[in-house]
Amino acid sequence: MNETPKPIAGTATYLDDRLGAGSFLKRNLRKVFPDHWSFLLGEIALYSFIILLLTGTFLTFWFKPSMQHVIYDGSYQPLVGVGMSEAYASTLHISFEVRGGLLIRQIHHWAALLFVAGMTVHMLRVFFTGAYRKPRELNWIIGVLLLTLALAEGLTGYSLPDDLLSGAGLRITEGVAISLPIVGTYITFFLFGGEYPGEDVISRFYSLHILLIPGILLALISAHMVLMWVQKHTQMPGPGRTEHNVVGAPFYPAFMAKAGAYFLFTFAAVAGLGTFAQINPIWLFGPYTPADISAGSQPDWYMGFLEGALRLMPSWEINFLDHTVPLSVLIPALVPMGIIMTGLAVYPFAEQWITGDRREHHLVDRPRNAPVRTSIGMAGVTFYGILWLLGANDWISAYFHIGLYETTIIGRFAIFLGPALAYWITYRICIGLQRKDQDILSHGVESGVIKRLPHGEYIEVHTPLAEDLADHVRGKKEIPIVDGDEDKDGIPPKGVRNPIGKLRAKASKFYGTDHVPLDGHGHNGHGNGHGDGHGDDHAAVGAGDKPRELH
Amino acid sequence: MTDKELPGPDDETRVPRRVIGTPAQGTAVLGTRPAKAEVETPGVTLPDPADARKAERVVTLLFFVAFLAGIAFIASYVIFQVGDIDSTAASNLALGGSLTVALLALSSGVVVWVRRMMPKYNLVQERHEMRSDDDTRGYVDETFRAGANESGFVKHKMMRRTLLLAAAPLGLAPLVLLKDLGPLPGTSLRHTVWKKGMKLVVEGTGQPILASDFDSPGGILSVVPEGYEHDLNALAKATLILIKFRPEDLKSGTIRNWTYDGIVAYSKICTHVGCPAALYEQTTHHILCPCHQSTFDATDGARVIFGPAARPLPQLPIGVDGQGYLIAQADFDVPVGPSFWERGDAEADAREARGNQS
Repeated sequence: MNETPKPIAGTATYLDDRLGAGSFLKRNLRKVFPDHWSFLLGEIALYSFIILLLTGTFLTFWFKPSMQHVIYDGSYQPLVGVGMSEAYASTLHISFEVRGGLLIRQIHHWAALLFVAGMTVHMLRVFFTGAYRKPRELNWIIGVLLLTLALAEGLTGYSLPDDLLSGAGLRITEGVAISLPIVGTYITFFLFGGEYPGEDVISRFYSLHILLIPGILLALISAHMVLMWVQKHTQMPGPGRTEHNVVGAPFYPAFMAKAGAYFLFTFAAVAGLGTFAQINPIWLFGPYTPADISAGSQPDWYMGFLEGALRLMPSWEINFLDHTVPLSVLIPALVPMGIIMTGLAVYPFAEQWITGDRREHHLVDRPRNAPVRTSIGMAGVTFYGILWLLGANDWISAYFHIGLYETTIIGRFAIFLGPALAYWITYRICIGLQRKDQDILSHGVESGVIKRLPHGEYIEVHTPLAEDLADHVRGKKEIPIVDGDEDKDGIPPKGVRNPIGKLRAKASKFYGTDHVPLDGHGHNGHGNGHGDGHGDDHAAVGAGDKPRELH
Repeated sequence: MTDKELPGPDDETRVPRRVIGTPAQGTAVLGTRPAKAEVETPGVTLPDPADARKAERVVTLLFFVAFLAGIAFIASYVIFQVGDIDSTAASNLALGGSLTVALLALSSGVVVWVRRMMPKYNLVQERHEMRSDDDTRGYVDETFRAGANESGFVKHKMMRRTLLLAAAPLGLAPLVLLKDLGPLPGTSLRHTVWKKGMKLVVEGTGQPILASDFDSPGGILSVVPEGYEHDLNALAKATLILIKFRPEDLKSGTIRNWTYDGIVAYSKICTHVGCPAALYEQTTHHILCPCHQSTFDATDGARVIFGPAARPLPQLPIGVDGQGYLIAQADFDVPVGPSFWERGDAEADAREARGNQS
């Protein structure tokens, strides 16, 4: 194509005359996007959100957010003549009398699960690679808000069909809300328009679910994207990649086409799930009544950790001066969520304080190269994971033939021991992987070529690491440490003289000390098994046909 | 923003490094080298034309499959009607299957297109620190101060304070408006619809219960108050489980006066977060809430023996009317369901009250 086709050129001119969009496009059409598989995780969440907006809008055309009592008279025979809310009846209508209604409903539900899952793994990627560091702390905070809002969005949506299962979730929500000290009963009465379940909560959750929360989500997601665009994407260390450049493919045409394909692929995945994997068959559960429940009731996966926390908790309750603090509800409802979300929100700032690192970071860390961060992250993942598993302890008990109470009791210990163990294991793995890196850089990789030396000894020839991989490995960055050492007069530097300062210096040393520097010096006490007289004497690096022995 | 070339790992093998004194790459030394058809941009490695042609066939095929599947989707909408389980399942399969295939084929086609027909890119852009330069910061700072002074906001104290004063009630207004979201709790959480003489009826069928018919020990019924069978607000607090025991099974936790012939009525609403405690194990007499596995000993006043619930399920005093049907003797004397701030130790108060009566 030597000339831009008239229609496109004409439209572009028209728009540029009025919007001046040309200079924006000049800067951005070839905007470079670095490539790494893990950068695609957030996109899953983004595309799920778009699918949720599309399918959700479709569902609103038929869904009636009303708790008015009706007698079912639709085409699903087993429920004909049964009294139920209009919300449940209209959900049955969407499922059985609207062509494609069931498909869209199932896609909507699957996309919701994928939305939160996508956000979660994206968040883990950003955390473990340190991509939240300056200048991206604000975008990280937006991300934490998005995750929290997504949980609220999921909870409100889950309750809308008003079937027996979703009603159980709503009842638990009420039980948690009413347990809050001082304001609990008022919040509950305002939320439900009086006593539970009342006749308002579905329509109120509906406004929250289709207008308020998605509106905020949309705004925050836009801000998330704009910030990502303006600050440019981080990149993995590698050849030619520095803190001052971006290496990758241009937005137009490659990244644009890839992103489009990825959206379609995500859509295909949830459409496939909506087709072949039944989800939330509300017609089997029946209409909601507070008097009934089915055994083995489970929330959607992202609420599992809260459910697990509720199941785990011993029966603590405090009564004083005619007031009640139900710790057995408050602690599990607020503490795990508080630890996780607050922990995530403050982490970038805590890390900055500990390391004193105020530089911008655009090259991300390989998780092994920031062992303390990675270990803290894995401890968090374990904490969440144990709670999440225990949210299904009745199923675990039934499938694995473990006593129901045993699962709970084991969980009560595991929730404290698990994260500590995960921390330690992860730390050791990180150090091990760092040693491996160090080893490969200094000794090369095994070539598979066995060579016989003149005096009859056999050695395996080692070849240097491929240049791009070597650059990737050498991308390891030193973690700064706040200076806390005393000078020759025994006086510690300014700022670390008070107890908080001392703690900071200690934490900094712990956080930043590199036990396995790539240059091979500084094995302070953590012997790496490379002492004299070990087999390493016989490792050899061969360049071409001139093997060179390392001693 | 500048694009410049980077020696990728691939280039090194293909193109020898330039030796000083020799012409740069791409210059024809003897003028015999044919001009390249397409201009190479640094950092852009064009695909092999033969491979691109092969890929084009694949992409075309995939796009055509997507087209057919799209047609199939529209056709399925017309062909498959819904209405009952089977026809809905068929329609779901046809619509979903064709949609999935269409989307999958389309996305795969674009991926092959990008990966095999578009160039390999290794473009480099410079990154700049996010912060503005000092001149800009200085200018903004100056302008801000100038503007603040010009506006008089700093100088005119009275105006500034009254402005804040004016904003305060308006900021509160939205909160005030939310008051009518619901009534105040009052004492409503302390009562249920049960009252003296109200019949116990079976949940679902609405049948009143003859005490003499409910006579097999270990039997259990889910029970609701007569006249409130479909009132969810009432059921959320008043639903009962009714269990028949051999009199010798009952322990001291259960109030004997409130039972009738070994029949005991407990609130079915779990004291943890309000799920119906619906599971009953006959051999152990345990009531289990399926939500969070709070377990209550039904023979002993439904005291908690495991799980997060902190209080026993309240017991309802029951008796029989003239015809032998089970009726309530009174309302619960403690609030049922999950704990709340104003609840206090209602059990202790109730014990005291019962002690005074007897």
